[in-house]
Amino acid sequence: MQLESPQYNAIETRDLSIFYGEFEAVKNVNLKIEKGKITAIIGPSGCGKSTLLRAFNRMNDFVPSCHVQGEILLHGVNLYSKDIDPVEVRRKIGMVFQRPNPFPKSIYENIAWGARINGYKGNLDELVEQSLRGAALWDEVKDKLKQSAYALSGGQQQRLCIARAIAVQPEIILMDEPASALDPIATLRIEELMQELKKNYTILIVTHNMQQAARVSDYTAMMMLYPETRSGTVIEFNDTKKIFTRPSDKRTEDYVTGRFG
Amino acid sequence: MIRKTFEHEIQQVKDDVLTLGSMVEQAIVGSVEALKKRDIKSSEAIIAADKEINKRRFAIEGQLMILIATQQPMAHDLRLLASTMEIISELERMGDYAKGIANINVRMGEETLLKPLIDIPRMAEKGRDMLHRSLTAFVNEDVELAKSIPVEDDEVDALYNQIYRELMTFVIQDPKTMERANWLLWVAHNLERVADRVTNICERTVFIATGELGDIKDSDDEFWRK
Repeated sequence: MQLESPQYNAIETRDLSIFYGEFEAVKNVNLKIEKGKITAIIGPSGCGKSTLLRAFNRMNDFVPSCHVQGEILLHGVNLYSKDIDPVEVRRKIGMVFQRPNPFPKSIYENIAWGARINGYKGNLDELVEQSLRGAALWDEVKDKLKQSAYALSGGQQQRLCIARAIAVQPEIILMDEPASALDPIATLRIEELMQELKKNYTILIVTHNMQQAARVSDYTAMMMLYPETRSGTVIEFNDTKKIFTRPSDKRTEDYVTGRFG
Repeated sequence: MIRKTFEHEIQQVKDDVLTLGSMVEQAIVGSVEALKKRDIKSSEAIIAADKEINKRRFAIEGQLMILIATQQPMAHDLRLLASTMEIISELERMGDYAKGIANINVRMGEETLLKPLIDIPRMAEKGRDMLHRSLTAFVNEDVELAKSIPVEDDEVDALYNQIYRELMTFVIQDPKTMERANWLLWVAHNLERVADRVTNICERTVFIATGELGDIKDSDDEFWRK
């Protein structure tokens, strides 16, 4: 089954399977992710959404038993080739997590630190401002850059994490339930921000909130478990409008209308 | 998992649409019956009952709004609720056509009918029957049935043409019949519109069931083609 969005691809998977030891958590995923768009991954709990998302920037490498089969191609290069440095992969493909995880440092340092370690040659002040502006946080924090990031609200912390992610100028941003720990207003701000971000970045988001997927994404991948093997896979990949108004797979219909199972 | 409460409320809305539909059916046939008998009291009752039709329509609209806001429907549910919104508005308009016919009877006062009514009651009965079946198709989401009804609009159009020609001969023979002919033409026109709106209900029904939205039948402008 070839699943693809029609335009130019930012990244694609080919026959991608992800294992935890012997257990095949994600089976045979073929996705082509369009550049400059937001692609949502939805599906019931435990179907492998986060596992799939984390495979895109090799975050699963931190799980010792985890290994992959198949390929993830960025500009035609397999990210899992032997000669690829996973740190470099994570620079090109940033990530924002469910709970905001700023460093226990100042707002300024949260952004400048990584850049400095990477030997950033430009003006750090400018980078900090640019990144905070990009994450729609600048106006709220410009007068307290030296304060601890922990003094910020949850929503601001999450936007700080987004600013930190874009400071290294990635091509793709992965978001794993980025708003699930936030209140509705902070959630909407993140969603608005995503619309801005997609002008410069390709975004992949995992969300349990179907309304959120419907609101923010251009494409949606629906994942399900194979009942026999408990492996997750993508069963439908389509224009988001279509997924939420007339999905072609009955299981997608049951899931998005809340009648799954 | 079944969304029991939601399912129950959807069923409730469908029942209410059926009730509204039967009120409209009665109004259509009743308005023509009253005209045929020149029964002005009945026509006045139909005009009064139209208020009840409008009230019901607004009540259903309110229910639908609440369901959309609280249940955040997707896919089939979304198509159903959005289309039902459309369908109740079609029903209300059909009620208005019946009221229009009742108004004509009242306005005719002491005037006699230009001719005994034969084809007009046929049109009314045909329209009522089409409406009834279209709502059956709607509640059962029966695509086959919904697709089979719009073609019958041709029969209604044919009756309308026949009535039109017949009334024109009266007018040509005796221009003094102009006003009385005009009243009946107006009645026939309202009934022709009823059938057109039935087609819209059928199209929405197909959309609810399949997600395909479009014309079932090429044109409803039979009258203008001849």
